[in-house]
Amino acid sequence: MRKVAVLGTGHTRFMFNSPKTQIEMLAEAAMDAIRESYLKPGDVQAIFCGNVLGDFTEGQVMLQSYFADDIGCWNVPANRYEGACASATMAIRDAFMWVASGFYDIVLAGGVEKATSMGTSLATRTFSMGGDSRYEYPAGFTFPGLFGMLAHMYSKQYDVPLTKLKEQMALVSVQSHHYGKKNPNAQFQKEITVDQVLNSFMVTSPLQLLDCCPFSDGAAAIVLASEDVAKKLVPKPVYIVGVGQASSGRVSSQYKYLPRLRAREISVKQAYDMAGLQPGDIQICELHDCFSIASIIAVESLGFAELGKGGKLWEKNETRIGGRIPINISGGLKAKGHPIGATGASQVCEIVYQLRGELRDQGRQVEGAKIGLVDTLGGDGTVINLILSAA
Amino acid sequence: MQGGKPMEYPLGFKQYSDALTRNKLLGLKCRNCSTITCPPKMTCQECGGSELRIVELSGVGEIKTFTHTFVAPQGRECEAPYVVVLVELEEGPWISGNLIDISPDRVNMELIGRKVELGHKVFPGDCYSSGPAARPLFCFKE
Repeated sequence: MRKVAVLGTGHTRFMFNSPKTQIEMLAEAAMDAIRESYLKPGDVQAIFCGNVLGDFTEGQVMLQSYFADDIGCWNVPANRYEGACASATMAIRDAFMWVASGFYDIVLAGGVEKATSMGTSLATRTFSMGGDSRYEYPAGFTFPGLFGMLAHMYSKQYDVPLTKLKEQMALVSVQSHHYGKKNPNAQFQKEITVDQVLNSFMVTSPLQLLDCCPFSDGAAAIVLASEDVAKKLVPKPVYIVGVGQASSGRVSSQYKYLPRLRAREISVKQAYDMAGLQPGDIQICELHDCFSIASIIAVESLGFAELGKGGKLWEKNETRIGGRIPINISGGLKAKGHPIGATGASQVCEIVYQLRGELRDQGRQVEGAKIGLVDTLGGDGTVINLILSAA
Repeated sequence: MQGGKPMEYPLGFKQYSDALTRNKLLGLKCRNCSTITCPPKMTCQECGGSELRIVELSGVGEIKTFTHTFVAPQGRECEAPYVVVLVELEEGPWISGNLIDISPDRVNMELIGRKVELGHKVFPGDCYSSGPAARPLFCFKE
């Protein structure tokens, strides 16, 4: 296997009601990524892009092909990945493997979503399609509902009183907004308080509005290339040194592992093993905080905290810049936004900025960060992890 | 192929859902490890074995977790607020369903561990569903 580098990045602002089409958003992110790589569209040999609900939001499937044509990547193979909220990370992992194998030298990967035009009601319906449609949706399962159930189970299983857990969850959202305010690409660039979280309306118990990420529009893209190509083109390539992916069945069939998500433990172990690294080696992490409780559950399976102790990381500011493991310094899905088909590519972009040391002007740089972890969850339990390294 | 008998799904959605509309909860018992899989799958959810036989389950179990949903998906607004539960059945598997027979202001952590028994209600489907689906509807047993 060859070493694979991330060259250029592209990232639109995440927002409500983008006036642009999905193809336009993805094309803008992709052209930025290609230009930042000192390449031309004609140099791209294949395209891997995440998109989940284009058929509902724009009546558009097959956008990968029209997108490729739009940016002048004429006639190259272009694949669309649907892995619910992990679609773009899935696309990037596959893109990585094609370059690592030697089949391609230069590929483009990314993703796009335009969810806000659906409105909350249809968006809640379509997002729930990421769960089991025949055995769980009939009971009224929604995605916040799944994480509401995991929060109650977490409280019971680890004997963390619900009021205490709710405060920890609120701190997760507060921190995300703190950094989101500094991120010019974030959907929400404003601070919130614990009181605001705990007084926002109840979506599905115990999750209140400010425990939940928003619906979002946006796109992100990266160029991947073999080490040989990368070294000739860019001064500071960042390398993908570990990848992992695992899937799971419907939530009820994961019974004995809950509230842990087994797929995450399997996926991240693959990535750590491949990179020859351990949780203690990770200096910056972008993880899948679709709901505040999801962050607390994730840090435990990623190896940053003991079971039942994840929330303490936020209580002690260990997840902020200067803490033991800075998490979601982008603002995370909560404040940066969560255009589901683009999220994984956005997380990778953020880690790349950190490893290149480009965020000082925004006041978000984790000084000296050389190794970063990406964690993305799709549906009830597809998890993909990527480890990036500055060398 | 190669003379083997084609594999058939041991308990399909339609048979499961039809039985549930008669308040019968069907599961699959593994001949290899005796684990019960419910709702059904092609293979045993513990050992992956494919020799499974249909068994009728008691429908009695214990609430493992819950959520009280106020924001419903499109087409289901009139159902909100509603309570979704995950129930561990006496026979071992967990299934999801709704909890009825509780006042909304009493939905709290004390639900966890409560004994419940199964009934059903039919989700009629919507324009994104391939027809109706029976869903478990639980009420308190004690």
